[in-house]
Amino acid sequence: MADDILKGRAWRLDHDISTDVLSPGAYAVDPVEVRKLHVLESVVPEFASEVRPGDMIVAGRNFGCGSSRETAAENLRALGVTCIVAESLSRLFMRNAIAVGLPALVCRDAHAAFTQGDEIQVHPGEGRIINVSSGLELEADPLPEEMCRILAAGGILAMLKGQGVA
Amino acid sequence: MNLAERILARAAGRDQVAAGEFVMAEVDLALLHDIFAAQVFDLLREVGVDRVSDPDRTVVVIDHLVPAPSTAAAELHQKIREHVARLGIGAFYDAGRGICHQLLPEQGHIRPGELVVGTDSHTTTYGALGAGGTGIGTSDMVYALATGRLWFRVPETIRFEMTGQLMSGVSWKDVILHLAGRFGSDGAQYRAMEFAGPAVAGADMSSRLTVSNMALEMGAKFGLFAADEVTDAYLRDHGGAGTEPFQPDPDATYEAVHEIALSDLEPQVALPHEVDRVSPVVEVEGITINQAFIGSCTNGRIEDLRAAAEVLAGKHIADGVRLLVAPASQAVLGEALETGVAASLVEAGASILAPGCGPCFGGHGGLLAPGERCIGTHNRNFIGRMGSAQAEIYLASPATVAASALTGHITDPRHLEAPDGR
Ligand code: SF4
Repeated sequence: MADDILKGRAWRLDHDISTDVLSPGAYAVDPVEVRKLHVLESVVPEFASEVRPGDMIVAGRNFGCGSSRETAAENLRALGVTCIVAESLSRLFMRNAIAVGLPALVCRDAHAAFTQGDEIQVHPGEGRIINVSSGLELEADPLPEEMCRILAAGGILAMLKGQGVA
Repeated sequence: MNLAERILARAAGRDQVAAGEFVMAEVDLALLHDIFAAQVFDLLREVGVDRVSDPDRTVVVIDHLVPAPSTAAAELHQKIREHVARLGIGAFYDAGRGICHQLLPEQGHIRPGELVVGTDSHTTTYGALGAGGTGIGTSDMVYALATGRLWFRVPETIRFEMTGQLMSGVSWKDVILHLAGRFGSDGAQYRAMEFAGPAVAGADMSSRLTVSNMALEMGAKFGLFAADEVTDAYLRDHGGAGTEPFQPDPDATYEAVHEIALSDLEPQVALPHEVDRVSPVVEVEGITINQAFIGSCTNGRIEDLRAAAEVLAGKHIADGVRLLVAPASQAVLGEALETGVAASLVEAGASILAPGCGPCFGGHGGLLAPGERCIGTHNRNFIGRMGSAQAEIYLASPATVAASALTGHITDPRHLEAPDGR
């Protein structure tokens, strides 16, 4: 996964998008089919119904701040989101995204370089981000090897199974 | 090495580690609470593991949905109890015992220098005792329980040198709100915060727990205090054998060192809907409130209840205000009953909730309607956190919350005795 080139449409989101809006507490223990319908509903009400498989998120500072709930990353993956690019990422969100097999990259200039709906290409392993609509090419921090290995396995649970610890 | 490096070097079985390195570390203690425990144990079974690597150092707490507000929550708790029995987990705190981040220090599970992971972001709280506490998600927890180990990036550390003395009416909650406002909600993103300097020696354990708890709201991986006499005394009082000092090396390096002078600090409040939108209370006095909340793992300890009771004693909350108090644990409630603190709160008009998370995360018990305002002692004021997305949450110290409950509007506790009656 980390070696693939991802192509899709960019959803431009604001600063400080918290886990409370990515995975509202009221649906905390509901199955993912229910949870995913409420992603971002308090700030971008149309998101869950309009997002398409292959779409990516280009966010501002501190994306995924808040709680440890992995459902924040899992819900996005369940909606078909293939990558998160943000000016800065909450540590827990980044950890969880990698754990569920969703690449998450830090790129200081991405938020300003995209408008809603721009076509985007990302190479997570190299940290390369292209705004196809404007032609602008950006550099993100490349994902460390440890994270690439988890992504390549399809997430940390798949890796655990693969290691035969069980 | 600084504290974070010392903690991760020990856990990784290395003499030396430096910021930026990735290490595979042995986990000393794992915490799960009722929102995620059943899911983690189910997943563990799904990947084919029918044990946890160290049942005596796995702690399970039912604290969020307490008492069970729905049949679904009750079933969730039932499942957790079954898993706990099946896996032979040593430390299990059932519904009503209290909030995880209160119970672990209070019941003697936390030791300086150790690495603690929890399926909860505020696991940073244990940094108050010099432990490397940090939150992880459910998949990472499955990995940690199955193998006893987990990967970590050694974080850069920002050191905060605290000097001076807090004015009366000002608490360490005000200090950490001030830091959040000054450095931002990502001011310590993916970093460790180390709290040091002469003022820290004067901070009791309750205050340190508040500060380390909210280090997370600045993005921190750890919020660390060195272990000193205060730590030693706390551990002896809570079933432990005390501790040796656990300090950073004299030649430790830091990404940044900030000096924070406390003497002029005034009571602070975080405004909706960001923890780093912080203002001195005096600048927003007069905003009316519907609900006041004293509790949570940030400020639900006996010291917090006592600070509120001192403000409220012999008075009554304003008409139109609901005051909710959720003690952080059964032991806290017991002490509040014994010392008369609970009576002062109830006589002033407070409702006492069961020890637990209560309204803090908007799960149940004290939710807000559209247009309502709540001032609370908890740690987050995100949009929709306590019910309606059209409600507003303000965060402050126990004294400020109590003062505001008395007047019905946001109030600096130092102004209560003012001759104009404010
Ligand atoms: S009191 Fe609030 S912040 Fe603390 S663990 Fe419970 S829900 Fe989380």
